[in-house]
Amino acid sequence: MSYAEDAERQAGHEPKSFWTKYVWSQDHKVIAIQYSLTAIFVGLIALILSGLMRMQLGFPGVLGIDPQEYYQYMTMHGMIMVIYLLTALFLGGFGNYLIPLMVGARDMVFPFVNMLSYWVYLLSVLILVASFFVPGGPTGAGWTLYPPQAISQGTPGTEWGIILMLVSLVVFIVAATMGGLNYVTTVLQARTHGMTLMRMPLSVWGIFVATILALLAFPALFVSGVMMLFDKTIGTSFFMPEMMSLGVQQSHSGGSPILFQHLFWFFGHPEVYIVALPAFGIVSDIISVHARRNIFGYKMMVWAIVAIGGLSFVVWAHHMFVSGMNPYFGFFFATTTLIIAVPTALKVYNWTLTLWHGDIHFTVPMLFALGFILTFLVGGLTGLFLGNVIVDIPLSDTYFVVAHFHMVMGVAPILVIFGAIYHWYPKITGRMLNDRIGKLHFWITFLGTYLIYFPMHYLGIQGIPRRYFSFEGLEFIPQSAYTLNQFITVVALFVGVSQVLFIYNLFRSLKKGLPATNNPWKAASLEWQTPDTPPQHGNWGPMLPVVYRWAYDYSVPGVVEDFITQTTASDSVGIKPNILGDQS
Amino acid sequence: MTDHVINNTDTRETSWQQVVENDAAHARTGLRVLLTTLSSLFFLFIVAFMSRSQFTDYQSLTAAWQPLAKPWALWVNSVLLAFASIAFQWARRSARKNQSNQSIEGFIIAGVFSFAFLVGQLSVWQQLASMGYLIAGNPANSFFYLLTGLHALHLFFGLVGWVITCRGIWRAIPFKRTRVRIELCATYWHFLLAVWLVLFALLTSPPETFEAFASLCGLR
Repeated sequence: MSYAEDAERQAGHEPKSFWTKYVWSQDHKVIAIQYSLTAIFVGLIALILSGLMRMQLGFPGVLGIDPQEYYQYMTMHGMIMVIYLLTALFLGGFGNYLIPLMVGARDMVFPFVNMLSYWVYLLSVLILVASFFVPGGPTGAGWTLYPPQAISQGTPGTEWGIILMLVSLVVFIVAATMGGLNYVTTVLQARTHGMTLMRMPLSVWGIFVATILALLAFPALFVSGVMMLFDKTIGTSFFMPEMMSLGVQQSHSGGSPILFQHLFWFFGHPEVYIVALPAFGIVSDIISVHARRNIFGYKMMVWAIVAIGGLSFVVWAHHMFVSGMNPYFGFFFATTTLIIAVPTALKVYNWTLTLWHGDIHFTVPMLFALGFILTFLVGGLTGLFLGNVIVDIPLSDTYFVVAHFHMVMGVAPILVIFGAIYHWYPKITGRMLNDRIGKLHFWITFLGTYLIYFPMHYLGIQGIPRRYFSFEGLEFIPQSAYTLNQFITVVALFVGVSQVLFIYNLFRSLKKGLPATNNPWKAASLEWQTPDTPPQHGNWGPMLPVVYRWAYDYSVPGVVEDFITQTTASDSVGIKPNILGDQS
Repeated sequence: MTDHVINNTDTRETSWQQVVENDAAHARTGLRVLLTTLSSLFFLFIVAFMSRSQFTDYQSLTAAWQPLAKPWALWVNSVLLAFASIAFQWARRSARKNQSNQSIEGFIIAGVFSFAFLVGQLSVWQQLASMGYLIAGNPANSFFYLLTGLHALHLFFGLVGWVITCRGIWRAIPFKRTRVRIELCATYWHFLLAVWLVLFALLTSPPETFEAFASLCGLR
């Protein structure tokens, strides 16, 4: 067979066997589902770990958890949630599913690399989970893995746990890079006819910029991970200072723990926006569809995403105010931190103005999106407190910080993930999720998380230290704090167990959900215009779609339907193009 | 680059030549994105190197009595890598002129020079180790092994791509396809040569240069 024949044969080739269709699949939709299910599975492990920690804090001794185990749970909970759940789900899950469908491509530009990306990600998850079963258990160094304690005797998991953690992170970064190359190149090169950059939905913009951040910031984690691995296994002294440990002089000398902190947070702060930017984009799309209003200030929203992405690289040391630094540096990083609030606030204003006079449908995705805006606002405002050196130093090691980052980085993006799954589930499966269970799930999750994290601000201002295994016998802790901890634990367990509703809904609706039409939300963006639901291999049938407008033409005056799809030409609805808000 | 050519074309209306050209455009962009990520990686390693070099226990390998005072072996290796890059450029230029034989010759010569570079680097490692300069001995040693090793690892991955392309040439796949691979390899090798020149300059610089850079960057 000649090469030309071979290429033509492959061009229309659809995998038929079970293995090539569902396991070793190169189809972006299948890979997205593989990424999502793996991330949700590992996220459930992290959720269980948080329940165990809450039991220890609320009812010490009941489960017989010892300090070593507590720190191991804390470390694994943090790392899994930030990296293996949120990053993987937003980029690997939503990025994979939405980018080709939203820009009108048949698939990612490098499908084989995309497939590899998932399997390497799975490998990183398996390595991480394996650390539960090695001698000494997983590392208990805290999710920031600060040296010297991360690899010093006395910290849980210094035998094998820390090695597996570092190897897993390095492998994850390889996976994320392979995926990232695909997302960026697909957005830049594989947009369909008429899909200009400034016609792309904000979900794609958020994922696109977040991917660029990942490609530039993950190397910092790679660098710190590899160097710490060398310190641990080969005996180098990149980060390890000269020190005594348990009465024994260590072989390391002269290393710089602060250097690790700089590298870690040079990754760590952009990481916040690697998670937040896709969430921003997705929320913009959800509220526009369910409020039947065009997004307010589209171009401003795009530039805000880009500005936040850029600024996220010059704020990292605000995580290190308590590490000691030149006061001028502290001033610089406090200033940049406050500046980043400007484009972020702009986005919140624009979401609010999109809702203003909108025809708001309180669907489940919309409820989650609204929940996100409120939660992100609360978390963002406490971020303004902590961005100031003088306020951060007394609050840094208290539950105020735990409350802040869980609101802004935990609950807020998780609400978006839920909203997005409720929104796109009909496209992915061809079935609607159960509305009643969805609303119950929303209210329990939304109110529950407020009951968990709001009181933690109070605990923090009271000076209750974070990272403590137990508060028993500490005179400065008031009785009310113990009671509050018990209350938080009860609510946390209730909210945690209630997530079963979501899992049940996901699986139940696969068979019993109401059949979804092609475009059940009457959305204008391209992913809802596929000829089939769920979309078939190649997404678009024989011809790629042609795009004529942006993704936000809702409630246009003089048009019968309250939305105009991106594939509708202006003359076909009988109105001059400039009235329709065509963005070029 | 992948052979899975379904991506992003109106397949029933597109000739295979267009599919190849689309793939080539995607691969060029993908490679540029990858090189940006790798630039970030090497940049951060270099910043870490600069920072760590300012601690009192750092003993430069370039002092008069140290092994890198006269790094002739690294000069030889640098010339080998430069020749590899020049050969790739020759291969790329010939490919653009559709001179397939010259292009393939240049491509193969470039690979041979690259293998020679790797062998040369291994030999430098061996010499250092035999003189007692082991990786954990001093931060200067640690960074030398780490940075040269990381660079060599990237070159090794490039050579995997080179071997795959050689296999394609052996199987006589159309030169249009090979041309794209040659072009991508050339870009990758030029990048690795540039990275090596920066690393070579840094690794063989006297401590005063480091101090000056560190002061400029606020690391002192």
